[in-house]
Amino acid sequence: MSSSPTLTSRLKGRSELGVALLLGAAGVLVLVDAIALVTPYSQSDPVGPKTLPYIVSGLLLVCAVLLAINVLRGGQGEAEGGEDVDLSHPADWKTILPLVGAFVANILLIDWAGWVVSGTVLFWGSAWALGSRHYVRDGLISVGLAVLTFYGFYLGLGIPLPAGLLEGIL
Amino acid sequence: MDVFSSLMDGFATALTPMNLLYAVIGVILGSAVGVLPGLGPAMTIALLLPVTYVLEPTSAFIMFAGIYYGGMYGGSTTSILLNTPGESSSVVTAIEGNKMAKAGRAAQALATAAIGSFVAGTIGTALLAVFAPIVVEFAVSLGSPSYFAIMVLALVAVTAVLGSSRLRGFASLGLGLAIGLVGMDSVTGQRRLTFGQPLLADGLDIVVVAVAIFAVGEALWVAAHMRRTPLHVIPVGRPWMGKQDWKRSWKPWLRGTAFGFPFGALPAGGAEIPTFLSYVTEKRLSKHPEEFGKGAIEGVAGPEAANNAAAAGTMTPLLALGLPTNATAAVMLAAFVQFGIQPGPLLFANEGPLVWALIASLFIGNFLLLLINLPLAPMWAKILQLPRPYLYAGILFFATLGAYSVNLQAFDLVLLLVLGALGFMMRRFGLPVLPLILGVILGPRIEGQLRKSLQLSAGDPAGLLGEPIAVSIYIILALILAWPLIFKLVRRNRPAAAGPVPATEAAPAAPSGSSVHADLPVHPDGAAHTGSSIHSQSSGKPDSNVQSDGSAHPDKKETP
Repeated sequence: MSSSPTLTSRLKGRSELGVALLLGAAGVLVLVDAIALVTPYSQSDPVGPKTLPYIVSGLLLVCAVLLAINVLRGGQGEAEGGEDVDLSHPADWKTILPLVGAFVANILLIDWAGWVVSGTVLFWGSAWALGSRHYVRDGLISVGLAVLTFYGFYLGLGIPLPAGLLEGIL
Repeated sequence: MDVFSSLMDGFATALTPMNLLYAVIGVILGSAVGVLPGLGPAMTIALLLPVTYVLEPTSAFIMFAGIYYGGMYGGSTTSILLNTPGESSSVVTAIEGNKMAKAGRAAQALATAAIGSFVAGTIGTALLAVFAPIVVEFAVSLGSPSYFAIMVLALVAVTAVLGSSRLRGFASLGLGLAIGLVGMDSVTGQRRLTFGQPLLADGLDIVVVAVAIFAVGEALWVAAHMRRTPLHVIPVGRPWMGKQDWKRSWKPWLRGTAFGFPFGALPAGGAEIPTFLSYVTEKRLSKHPEEFGKGAIEGVAGPEAANNAAAAGTMTPLLALGLPTNATAAVMLAAFVQFGIQPGPLLFANEGPLVWALIASLFIGNFLLLLINLPLAPMWAKILQLPRPYLYAGILFFATLGAYSVNLQAFDLVLLLVLGALGFMMRRFGLPVLPLILGVILGPRIEGQLRKSLQLSAGDPAGLLGEPIAVSIYIILALILAWPLIFKLVRRNRPAAAGPVPATEAAPAAPSGSSVHADLPVHPDGAAHTGSSIHSQSSGKPDSNVQSDGSAHPDKKETP
């Protein structure tokens, strides 16, 4: 790793180093947080609340370093397969981003507009992002699911999901 | 009270019409989600946790028992009809099962899987009923140092033995333990990792974490790599077996059970190793070895039985020690805690009726599975055709609903998304999910036992070694951790045995080492797209396994 050309070529296609970075960051975070705890020594609790965080941050930092070394030497984590997973093409961000968008829309809407509206947006948006183009059928399913779960949770389980904008109608 | 009369009382509880109904719901739900890709029994139970608060704990656990066994069976249906196993435990089933289905013997493959699961599940549950009280008797004499050691062993063993890369396993464990730290410290009330955010003071709800990692992570991951070509599902009629099939199946069922239960009951349980051992054994013992690789029924019967017996075995440490060794058991442990029930040796004493009803319902669930799934197999095959946009949109929809309904706060949904992104990343870079979940659930319990142990010894670390059981567990632990090293030394001293190099190192856990792996046929259509460890072993990728520990190795391919 002495000269920069080798370094750049080594870094190329090593997105997994990001995982090592994340582990390292998590380790530092846990460590800093543990140091900041103020606890007087107590006879009844000699271990205290700091010990486990120290161990965990140590584990994370060691893993971060070993993973970085492993990746730089050509190691690679194996991406997970599955029934509907086709690893032969690269990650399809055109699907993920709208999907995350639908999810975020639900978070923003749920308290204000209520579950029936936000849940409809979530299902319809997710189905659209995943490639469904039956707009009307998707819409009907979305509304049906959202209304059904709203009443199911309210009447069946006694959990009041927010009604939001439709307060008084539902 | 002796086992038998307790068990009969359990049946009396479990067989009331309402509880029987919950068992039926559980089995159907479990089979459906087992068949559907992207969902598993662990996630289903996690999603149902908030819903089941209104139920009696007994009814809830009866339903969970149905989901547990149903999910196992559903998974094997997919392997046989699709050749793309959803879980690592049904990888082996796919090898022969799918060949049988392609040869027009799908009905027999499904039948031997269903009946074998029933036989193994019933024997396994009987063993559970006999052994769990014995383990409890032994366990009540253990103190905190031993419990601490057992929990550490479970975490390390699951992390080090399962999965293809130990290093990535420990990384996942570290993340899980860190997530488990968030919130108020139970002894001193100090806030850890809350960043001044009052909503984090109670810690992260296990439902939110489990649903995020299992469901949201999976949905995002599949969305990124959606298979555009439709899957080819082999059509199937009602499962049945001929006389010859019975004759060839019953011995593998029993042998598979014998492999499965002990492995399931061990802290480093899991169904991968026993299913694999069962496959190899059946191949050796078969009178029709030439059929292996072309659809031998023994190769379905044995591993399926092993899989279900392991599932029953897993319940032993869960009920007797409060120690989960797979994802479903971990979520069930969370469920116990949420119902205010303390799992562990005192469970049998304090909640006897509930435990025995749960065990009885495992028997009932097994029987229902056979009764329901033989006629319904064609319907499960149809469920596989559900349009994928609806399936994954539905998973996100119900994940959101489940996570939100715990506390009714939108903040949990933000956590859901963030942890879902973490789940996505873990799938992308081959970090196993199970150590993380176990870390989240066991982390706080381990800390509790650690503090109790050292409280007794006034802070002297020697207190951890205060019990002989604890000492022996640490020795086992050291052996597990040092195993790859020992293995390497042994191999260096016996160069003759070093034949299939990448394959031998692949599974430090498989006791018979190289010969086992050399026997497994390279699985042509599975190897490319399943992330299971077994496929990677048979395809002999040089850098997927032990070398990932970052240790220097002569075979290492240095990338320039």
